Order: sequence, then C-alpha cells, then structure tokens
Amino acid sequence: MEFFRIRKDIPFMRHALKFNIVSLVTFVAAVFFLFWNGLNLSVEFTGGTLVEVNYAQPADLEKVRGAMAKAGYGEVAVQNFGSSRDVLIRLPLQAEQATAKAGEAVMAALDAGAPGATLRRVEFVGPQVGKELAENGAMALLLVVIGIVIYLAFRFEWRFAVSAIIANLHDVIIILGCFACFGWEFSLSVLAAVLAVLGYSVNESVVVFDRVRETFRKARGLTTPQVLDHAITSTISRTIITHGSTQMMVLAMLIFGGETLHNFALALTIGICFGIYSSVLVASPLVMWLGVSREQFVKVKRQIEGANADGAVV
Amino acid sequence: MNRYPLWKYATVVIALVIGLLYTLPNFFGESPAVQVSSAKATLKVDTQTLARVESTLQAAAVGNDGLFLDPVGVKVRFHDTDTQLKAKDLLEKEFNPDPENAQYVVALNLLSSSPQWLTGMGALPMYLGLDLRGGVHFLLQVDMKGAQTKRLDSLGADLRTLMRDKNIRHAGIAREGERVVLRFRDAETRERARKVLADTQPDLQLADQGQGEDLKLVGNLRPEAIKRLQDYALKQNMTTLHNRINELGVAEPVIQQQGADRIVVQLPGVQDTAKAKDILGRTATLEIRMVDDTPGALEAAQAGEVPFGSELYVERGGNPLLVKKQVVLTGERLTDAQPGFDNQTQEPAVHLTLDSAGARIFKEVTRENVGKRMAILLIEKGKGEVVTAPVIRDEIGGGRVQISGRMSTTEANDTALLLRAGSLAAPMEIIEERTIGPSLGADNIKKGFDSTLWGFAAIAVFMIAYYTLFGFVSVVALSVNLLFLVALLSMLQATLTLPGIAAIALTLGMAIDANVLINERIREELRNGMTPAAAISAGYERAFATILDSNVTTLIAGIALLIFGSGPVRGFAVVHCLGILTSMFSAVVVSRALVNLIYGGRRKINSLAIGQVAWQAAAPGSAAAPAGAAAPGAPAAKGILAAKGARPTQLKANLGANKAK
Repeated sequence: MEFFRIRKDIPFMRHALKFNIVSLVTFVAAVFFLFWNGLNLSVEFTGGTLVEVNYAQPADLEKVRGAMAKAGYGEVAVQNFGSSRDVLIRLPLQAEQATAKAGEAVMAALDAGAPGATLRRVEFVGPQVGKELAENGAMALLLVVIGIVIYLAFRFEWRFAVSAIIANLHDVIIILGCFACFGWEFSLSVLAAVLAVLGYSVNESVVVFDRVRETFRKARGLTTPQVLDHAITSTISRTIITHGSTQMMVLAMLIFGGETLHNFALALTIGICFGIYSSVLVASPLVMWLGVSREQFVKVKRQIEGANADGAVV
Repeated sequence: MNRYPLWKYATVVIALVIGLLYTLPNFFGESPAVQVSSAKATLKVDTQTLARVESTLQAAAVGNDGLFLDPVGVKVRFHDTDTQLKAKDLLEKEFNPDPENAQYVVALNLLSSSPQWLTGMGALPMYLGLDLRGGVHFLLQVDMKGAQTKRLDSLGADLRTLMRDKNIRHAGIAREGERVVLRFRDAETRERARKVLADTQPDLQLADQGQGEDLKLVGNLRPEAIKRLQDYALKQNMTTLHNRINELGVAEPVIQQQGADRIVVQLPGVQDTAKAKDILGRTATLEIRMVDDTPGALEAAQAGEVPFGSELYVERGGNPLLVKKQVVLTGERLTDAQPGFDNQTQEPAVHLTLDSAGARIFKEVTRENVGKRMAILLIEKGKGEVVTAPVIRDEIGGGRVQISGRMSTTEANDTALLLRAGSLAAPMEIIEERTIGPSLGADNIKKGFDSTLWGFAAIAVFMIAYYTLFGFVSVVALSVNLLFLVALLSMLQATLTLPGIAAIALTLGMAIDANVLINERIREELRNGMTPAAAISAGYERAFATILDSNVTTLIAGIALLIFGSGPVRGFAVVHCLGILTSMFSAVVVSRALVNLIYGGRRKINSLAIGQVAWQAAAPGSAAAPAGAAAPGAPAAKGILAAKGARPTQLKANLGANKAK
C-alpha cells in the first residue's frame, strides 16, 4: 500500500504568504478568545471542592441542585460527568474552616435532598496550591522553549531553532484558544498534553529541517525555496503516516478513555492537527525569511594559496 | 552488511528476557491478604507473632494460602475476600482485645500472587496510584511561621532566665513579629547582654536599635537556624503522622515530603476521610512525672487499690509501674530528643535537650530525687503510655539529659522517636484532599487499558497493511517497547496513575514515528535505485540522526514536566520520559535485529517486503518545472497525490552519489 506518489515537489513556498496569513488569523482569533472568554480553569488551578457521585438510576440534576441549594450552597455547578448516572458537583472556595469538610457536607446534603448517591471522588484544593500550579506550568513551558531552542541551535542553526519554536508556540496558543473558545475545562492533564504536543510538534519541524540540511549539502544550484519544497515533499508521506498513527492512539483515548481523559485527548488532537500544519507551513517559510542558505551547512573549503578557482593545487 | 555481531543479538535477547521477567508479575494479579503489624514503636512483630497468627487461624479453622513475616509485619494470603474479611475480624479480636487501646494494626491488603522466586528477585507488579486503586490523598502544609514563632517564644523565655542568671538588668524581653526584642536602660548593660548572648545563643543575629533611655537589642533568627528549624519541624511532623496513621490500619501508607514545607499523605483503600482527618490532626503530649515508690503501694495498686494521687501503668517490659499524677514537666519544655551513645560506656542512649525553664525545673527535681525513678509518658487521647522510666543517678543541670542503660540501639531509636512524637513541632493544614472510590479506580484502569489496547491494535493493523513485513517488524518493535516500559515501571516501582497510562498510550503512538521514518527512508533509497541490502543499511543509518533529534526534543518537554509537574502531571511525565528512552532502543536496535535476522542471512535479496516502491520520486528542484507539466490526458498515477514531470537526466545527476554505494 502506498498513499503518496508525488513525482514532483509541491511548491509550498510559493504559497508561503497565504499560509502565514491563515496562521496569523487563527492566532489572532485564539488570542482574542483567550482574552475574551478566558480559560475555564479546573479546580486544580482555582482551588475549591469537586465531588463526583454516582446514582444507580440516571440522576435528576434539578433535584441535586435543589438539595444543594437547600443545604445553603449558593454558587454550585452541578453537571453530568461522562454518563447520565454520574454527577459532578463543583463548589468554589469558601471560608477556611468549611472547605476541608466540604466533601462530607455535600454527601449529607445529597442524602437529605437527592438520596441514593454513592461517593466516587472528592477533590479539595486549597488556594495556595492553585497559584503555584499555574506558576509551575508557566515555568515548565519556558523551560521547554529554552531547552528546545538551545538544542536545535546547537544541532542545526539558530534560524531553525527560532522558526521551530515560533511555529510550535503558535500551536500552543491555538490549543489554548480552542479551549477558551469552547469553554472546555483546562486541567492539569490538559497542560501536560499541551507540553507533550509542544515536544512532539517540534519533532515534525526537526524531520523537515533534517531533510533541508541534507538537501542543501547534496544538491547544488537550487534556490532556498526549492530546497524547502523538496524537503517537505519528500517527508510528507512520513509526516502524515506518523501523525495518523499517533492520532489513532489519541482517538482510542477519546473513545475509550472516559471523561477523565477526554480533554487530554482533545488537546492532543488539536495539537497534532495544527502540529502538522505549523511545522510544515509555518516553520519552513519562517526559516526562508530568516535567510537560511546553503553556505550555512556546507563547510567552506579552506583557501589554499595559489589554488585555482576549483581549489586544486599541484 | 545487514548482520549484527553476536553480542548485539545477545544484548537484545538479554534485554527481552529481563523485560519479560519483570513484566511477568503484572499478569499474576493480586490476592487478598491480611497484614498484622505493630501499632506502637515499642512493640515489635517477630516470629512469635507469626506463630500466634497461625495458631489463631488454625483454631478457628480458617484456611489460608500461606503466611510470612517481612519487615512490615506478618502477612497472610487468602483464597477469597470472604475468608479475608473473616480472618481480619478474627485476628482483630485476638490481637486487639481492647479496641480502645490497640496494640497492633490489623489491615486488609492485597499481595502480588506471583510465585516466590519472582518476588525474591524483586520483580513486583507496577505500583498503582490512588486514582487507580482508590483511597485518600492529603497534602498538608506545615505552618513554618508558626514553628518559628514557637521557637522565638521559647527563646524569649530562655533569654529571660539567662539575663537573671547573669544578673543583667533589662527593661523587658518580648517577641515582636519574627524577632525578639530586649530593652535596656543604658548602653553598658546592653553591651554586657550582647556579649553573653553572642556566647550562648549562636542562633541569634543581633542588632542595636533605639536611643537615649530606650535602648533595644533586636535578635533575628539566622537563616541557617531557620533552615534547621524547618527541617526539624517537617521531620518531626512526619514522624508523628507515621505514628498516628498506624492506628488507621492502612496497609501501605505513603508519607512523603514535598517541597520545603509540605507533606503528602496517601492512604490507599481508606474511604473514611473524616476519621483519617481526625487522627491526622490530633495532638499528643509528653509528660515527665515521678514514680510512686512508697513501699507496698504498688502491690496495693495491683490488688485494685490505687493510692490517691497515683496511677497504675504498665512498663514496656510488662512490669507494672505506679506513677504520681503530678506533672513535673511537659513536652513543651523538650526541644529535642536524639538517639546516640553514652560517652563513657558506649552504651546506646537517648539524649534529651530541655529549654532553660525546663532545665531549671529538671535540675531541682533531680537534686531532690537522686536514686529514685522518674517516668516519661506519652499522653494521647487522654491515655498515657510509659515510654521509659529511668533511675536518677545524679543531679542534672544544663538541660542536657541522657537516658541510658539496658537499651538496644533500636530501642534507643524508638524511644527518641516517641519522645519527639510528643507534640507536633508546627501546626499543619490540609491544603489538598482527594478521595477516590474503589469503583472509580477499577473504572479508570479499564478505561486506560482499553484505550491503549484499541489504539495499539489500530496502529498494528495499519502498519502491517501499509508496510507488510517491515510493518510487522515495526509492530513487534512497538510491542517490545511496551514490554520494556512496563518492565521498567515495575522495576522502578514508579507510581502508575491514569495520566501515566495515557502517557503509555501516547508514547506508543509517538514511538511508531521512528519506525515510520526508517521504513519510509528504506522505500526512498530503494526508489533511488539502491540494492535492497544497501537500502536497509542506509535507511536505518540515515533515519537514526533524525530519530535522535526528534526524541531529544520530546525528552526536553518530558523533563520540564518532570521538574515542574506535580500530581497527575508528574505521573504522566515519568512514564513519558521512560517511554522515549525505551522507544529509542526498541525502534532502532530491536527492529534492526529482526530485519537482519530476516534478510541478513540471504546471499541475494531480490526485493524487500515493504509495500510498493516502484515509481519515480520527486527530485530536488522538480517543482521549478512549469506547473502545467502534468499534461491533460496523461495516465493518472495511483495514490492521493500524483504529479508527473520529473526529468530523469536531472535525477541521475543529483542522486549519483547514492548509487556509488
């Protein structure tokens, strides 16, 4: 079986500007949603209490809400979690003493108003933890960015490093933008997915860049856009197949992983789709505009005194 | 050229065998068990306890699948959970006849049912996190400020005594925020005080303040003293937590330090958070009292007539002891207790340090009671326990007390631990709590397992369909990767959580990249006219640099997560990082070994089973040809994307270098 038989390099670079405009528009939209809607942060970041209960029959959310209201909980979010029998109750942070006991209090309230619930899990996160998690997340992102830039600059060229990281940070912003736009919950595992995708997408750029370097060394007399076109075309089969395989795994998580893994898999899906796009169609034009050329990869032969134009001496 | 030296095959085989051995325990599952361990540091579980457990079970005719003693306690395996519960009740009754005063922890547990020889070589099943097996997780924040204030308060009391002893007149000593302020009326007295303080209080950093009649000497704790104080507070809190959790009857509690001022407590299997919290937050106090040695009083007490003002206790050795109710000193005066050795006799000993007020009282008491015994009691839940009851040999001043004699090193350790456990060094607060029901845990395992299984199956089917034999080799390499990953997780006993399972799935999905790279490269080299044997060799070699680069960048992300992640993110990162490392080995070395086995032995290879390759690939720069080169009516090539127009002559020139091989 063979999906890709490309007998001629696809002139990606001719359309570089168009791709970049598309990127820019998506990026601006993502930033807009991030500021407009903000991220729907999970309890882990905001602090608060989360109680998951399970009913033998499909749960009556109104009844649960009523029970909670009767017990004096004002701002409570009650929703189904995964199935109609599982209910997730979210409480905001309350006065210090009450928070630690919230789990038991909720169960007591449910027993009174909407009996038959069994406790599945309770999560209580104090206000100190959330802030720290957000800071650590930002630090992790920074470390990944710096680490990757240094490694790529060392292995390739600073131009590659800079364009790869810009392209992939643009992915990260777009993932976050999607989460903000649709109001999906942004939890710690989503953060892990985002960072994993960042490392993974850089892979993609690395594979293309590797081929760019190789083509520069091997083929003479080609313009930079031609080299880039060739590198992308000859790796596109691998790009699609690899991402397809990874996506199959992520799809399995999306289907079988239940509610807990749902957003994790969702972040990965967006990351993988945009990863292909950005590392091929954003990173490569950036490299071109940053002025990559053959001389940066081919060692300039030492000039020997008196040698002719070919460098030959007798 | 496609042959591995013997040692490379040997490495692969050895790695596989080790991988299999360590993965094996995960297949045996776990059997229900009951664990009997000591609830008190003073009580040891030994072969006698083992015999007692055995006879108890025999007497009640409860069958078991074997019992053994390990450093934790006696563990008994059972055939099913019904017998397990029955045995637990039975043992509970036998070992803790008085439930109010439990001597032993009788807990339900799960034991790996893998054969003895596997367990013997340290091959254990993966350690499942709380989200997979259910239980309670607490994150406790130690109030370091509180510990510091407490220390400064006691320091203030010390300074007052010191000033009085040295006859230095001060105008008041008080703690103001995070410092101690001493007031003086004249500069000369302040100078004297400073000298004394510099000699006796190395922890304090002194500074002058104020003028005229109101002169101040301000003492701050030195940073290193604060550091020491915090370490000490944390250690002491952890010790205390350990002792208390023992009471809950948890088989494998986890109590770990996290960061500078936090403690993680994980209690697998516990569902009753209220009770857990109650026990974690309880305080114990230490009391030093005199032993009532009035002739005949002890005998009378044993007969049931406890003299007024005394209480009857049982010593560690089992001897009865009559202790006066009047408290000489409380644990607050005790600043430290450490196990050590007697300077002269080299016998094991416990060294106590008292604060100055405590030292003064202790000096008086010991002076008046030479030759008599004193008892140190740990009071918890209103009930006391005699930790030790030494004889006073001499008057003891200076606040440094040593308890020695008839003590083993372990006993000295235990006693010091108990003494320190007397009170929490600093208040703690629960800042994170997570309760996971057992049904949710089982659900999570199933979900994680299903995702990995189906994802893996989909990839396997696709790879074999697309790359035929080479696809099969890739799938084998991927399974080996999974095997190594599980083996490594079992070996390291790293905690596996649901995000960890997700990481396994994701790592597998990403690891296939290496094989896709290799296979695509081999196809490409074939297309460029290489012989099959050369194409294999070139494909693996050229793809390796790319694989390395891409894995390093992924690893950078994994390590960042590992450093800054906590909780679920950490669980994800550990597996992710390990998976990248194992995938490097399996995708490159193992798959090459297989390919070499298949093709390396043949004298002449006509073709490779790697799917279709016979068509002309794009040449560098071919896009420069006019866009309309794919003339209308030209035969359309199969595949999604097809274009025509590469010029053969140019191809030859560009790829001539490859053909030289």
